[in-house]
Amino acid sequence: MSTTMSIETQIRHYILENFLYTKDEGKLRNNTSFLEDGIVDSTGILELLLFVEETFGVQVEDDEVTPENFDSVERLTRYICMKKGMPC
Amino acid sequence: MLVHEFLEDSARRTPDKVALICEGQRLTYRQVEADANRVANGLRAAGVQRGDRVGVWLPNSVEAVLAIFGILKAGATFVVVNSTTKPDKLAYVLNNCQATALFAPERQAEAVADVMASVPILKFAVLCGKDADEKTVVSGTMQAFARLVAVAPSDRPPCSCIDIDLACLIYTSGSTGDPKGVMSTHANVAFAASSIIHYLQNGPDDVIINVLPLSFDYGLYQLLMTFKFGGTLVLERSFAYPAAILKRIAEERVTGLPGVPTLFAMLLQLDLSRFDLSSLRYLTNTAAALPVEHIQRLRAAFPWAKLYSMYGLTECKRTLYLPPEELDRRPGSVGIAIPGTEVWIEDEAGRRLGPGEVGELVVRGSHVMQGYWQDAAATAERYRPGRYPAERLLYTGDLFKMDEEGFFYFVARKDDIIKTRGEKVAPKEVESVLYQLPGVVEAAVIGVPDALLGEAVKAFVVCAPDANLTERDVLRHCAQYLEDFAMPKQVEFRTSFPRTESGKIQKRDLR
Repeated sequence: MSTTMSIETQIRHYILENFLYTKDEGKLRNNTSFLEDGIVDSTGILELLLFVEETFGVQVEDDEVTPENFDSVERLTRYICMKKGMPC
Repeated sequence: MLVHEFLEDSARRTPDKVALICEGQRLTYRQVEADANRVANGLRAAGVQRGDRVGVWLPNSVEAVLAIFGILKAGATFVVVNSTTKPDKLAYVLNNCQATALFAPERQAEAVADVMASVPILKFAVLCGKDADEKTVVSGTMQAFARLVAVAPSDRPPCSCIDIDLACLIYTSGSTGDPKGVMSTHANVAFAASSIIHYLQNGPDDVIINVLPLSFDYGLYQLLMTFKFGGTLVLERSFAYPAAILKRIAEERVTGLPGVPTLFAMLLQLDLSRFDLSSLRYLTNTAAALPVEHIQRLRAAFPWAKLYSMYGLTECKRTLYLPPEELDRRPGSVGIAIPGTEVWIEDEAGRRLGPGEVGELVVRGSHVMQGYWQDAAATAERYRPGRYPAERLLYTGDLFKMDEEGFFYFVARKDDIIKTRGEKVAPKEVESVLYQLPGVVEAAVIGVPDALLGEAVKAFVVCAPDANLTERDVLRHCAQYLEDFAMPKQVEFRTSFPRTESGKIQKRDLR
C-alpha cells in the first residue's frame, strides 16, 4: 500500500524526469505551479493524467482534472490520497 | 479609431457591465477603464513616452489586460511576449524593439534582474502577482504593479497618439529563426477587429472565453474585439484543463469559443453531454486546419452552434473565413476574404491564377500590417508595393488553390515553419539551441504529423563519437532555452545526415 510520502516521491520523480529532465531534487518545490512555471504545458497535463491513472490505479473523472487537483506536487498528492481514501 | 477607445467607448456606454472575468474577479468596464488609466498615469510618471515600446511578459491575467490598455493609453506600443518564453529570448525581443519598460511576474524577479542587465535601454520593470503588494519595493528599477496603480490617479490621461501610430508589435517566428515584430497601427487593429466582428456577428450579449495566450494574435484579438463590441471576456490561463473550461462555459453562459485544433481534439476526448453547453453560439478555428473528421464530430457535438474555419497570419491578422453555412458543402476550405479585403493567388511570375491552380496567396486591405520592426529585408520579401503609392500587398508565403465558386483551400507552406499546437516554431531556432549543447555535431529539426498537436517537433542529432548524450540530456538542454510549445517531442540520434549535392542537410529524406 502506498504511503502519502511515497505518492509524493513518485510524483516528484515523474515530474523531474519527464518534464524537467533532471534528477536534481532542488529543481522542484512541492508547491510550485506546474502551469505558471511552465513545467507542464497544456498537452502535458494529459500525460500526467495517464501517469496518475496507471501508477496509482485511480480512475480520474474528466471534471476532476482541474488546477486545484493537478497543478502542483502538493495538490496532486492530496488528490490521489483523497481518491484512495488515505489520510493526507 | 484608437485601440484603447474600444475600452473607453464601452466604459461610457455600459459602465456597470462586466467586461472581464478572470482569476475569480469580475471587473466592470468602469473598473477596467479606471485601472487602465492608473497604469497609464503610472507609466507616464515613470517616464514612458509616446511611441515607446513596453513589454508584457505575463500569463493571461487581469494585470496583463490592464497593462495592454494602460500602455496604449500612455501613447506607447505594447509587446506581449509568451509567459513561457525563456529570459534569453525575452532579452532578444526587448533589445530588438528597444523596450523601455517591462511587465513581468513577481516570481520571475531574479530573471527580470538578469534581463534588465542585458537590455540597457530598459528603465524599469513592473512586477505582477499576488505576492507583490503595495509595500513590495524590490529595487529602484522594479516596482510592484499594486504600487504603480495605488499611487496613480484614475483620470484618463490626455490622448497623445493618432491612428497611424503603432498600437502593438506582435513577434512571430520566421524561417530565419529570430522572431520578428509585426508592426500594427491602431488603424490596422481597428480595421481587422471590425471586419472579424462583422462576420462573427458579435454584439454586447456575447460572452467570449479566451484560453489562448495574449501573446498570440488570435488570443489577443479576443480581448480587443470583446472590448470593442462591449461584450464580456472570460479569460483563462490556458486550455490545459479542458473539463474546467467546459464548466466555465456552462457557468458563464459563454457564447463564443475560439480554439485551435489541439484544443478541439482535447475537447472531443471528453463526454461533452455532461456539460450544459447550450449557450454556445459559435466556435472558431484557426492557426492550423481542423481535420475534416473533427469538423464532423464538432458539428455533431454542437449542432446548435456555428463553426467557423478560418485562416490568417500575424502579418495581416486574419485573411480568410468560411461562412458556416458552407461548411458541410466544402469542409476542406478555409473560405473567402474577410469583409472589406481581397485576396488572390499568383504564380512566381506574378500572374493571377484561376480555379484549381496552385500558387501563393496574396492579400490586399487595411488589415495588411506595416512590416517587421527594423527589418527592411524581411519586410521587402513579404510586403510588396500595391496599386497605389502608400499601399502594401502581403505575400503570405502559403500556397493555396481556389474552387470554381471562389472558395480557397490551403495547400502547403513555402517555408519549413512547423505549426504545433497552434503555435509557429522555426526549425532553425530549435537547431541553434541544439548546436549549443556540447557533443552535438549536427542537428536538424522537422515537423512530423501528430494527432493532437497537428505537427510535433522532431529533432535529429548527430553526436561527437565521445559524447554520451541521451534523449533526456538533449531535452533538458532545450528546456532551458525554448518555450514549452517549441520543445522537441522526439529526439532521434543519427550517425550522419542525408545531403543535397550542395552539401545541405536534405530534410525531406529525414521524414
